[in-house]
Amino acid sequence: MARIAGVDLPRHKRTEIALTYIYGIGRSRALSVLGKAGLEPGKKVQDLTEDEVNHIRKVLEAEGGVEGDLRKEISMNVKRLIEIGSYRGSRHRRSLPVRGQRTHTNARTRKGPRRGTVANKKKATAKT
Amino acid sequence: MARSIKKGPFVDGHLQRRIEEMNRRNEKKVYKTWSRRSTVLPDFVGHTIAVHNGRKFVPVYVTENMVGHKLGEFSPTRTFKGHSVKAAAEKGSAPAR
Repeated sequence: MARIAGVDLPRHKRTEIALTYIYGIGRSRALSVLGKAGLEPGKKVQDLTEDEVNHIRKVLEAEGGVEGDLRKEISMNVKRLIEIGSYRGSRHRRSLPVRGQRTHTNARTRKGPRRGTVANKKKATAKT
Repeated sequence: MARSIKKGPFVDGHLQRRIEEMNRRNEKKVYKTWSRRSTVLPDFVGHTIAVHNGRKFVPVYVTENMVGHKLGEFSPTRTFKGHSVKAAAEKGSAPAR
């Protein structure tokens, strides 16, 4: 029923939480959207009237920066960094951390799961 | 943390003077600089600036998209061509390329 920006909102949650299921909306943005729409954050999604849902839709449409558009914007930004041949672009290309974090250890979010052999894993744990 | 807008973009004076002069004379020469910390201004677009990377000057052709970045971002200071195949097999952590 409550379908906003192409995402079905979970019915049994408070609206402030349910809105965070939309890409580009976190807790603080959810609250500000609800404030602009003049709705109560604590109200469950299933209790929203069609009118209230439309209010939220209107606010989000005016603001933009949600779901597909936001993803597109981000990937365009990354593409720009890569195309101008900047250092940050090269980090994106190699999918390594972009903002100067260490890569000796950690950085697993960017690098993905470890690609070590089992034998080496044993050696590594024995050392420590 | 971004720089305060109040201060305006930072550019080393000598570099800015040189570019402005080149713009006035309408000439395009490769200008060598060590000033990696300078922001790329819209005036720089179309020029080629040779930015020092600690070893040599890397020619950077400035395009519109680069405005707002620092010159040093386009002149990498490290050379990393990837781990050797053997080390990669041993460590299992060789980023491709």
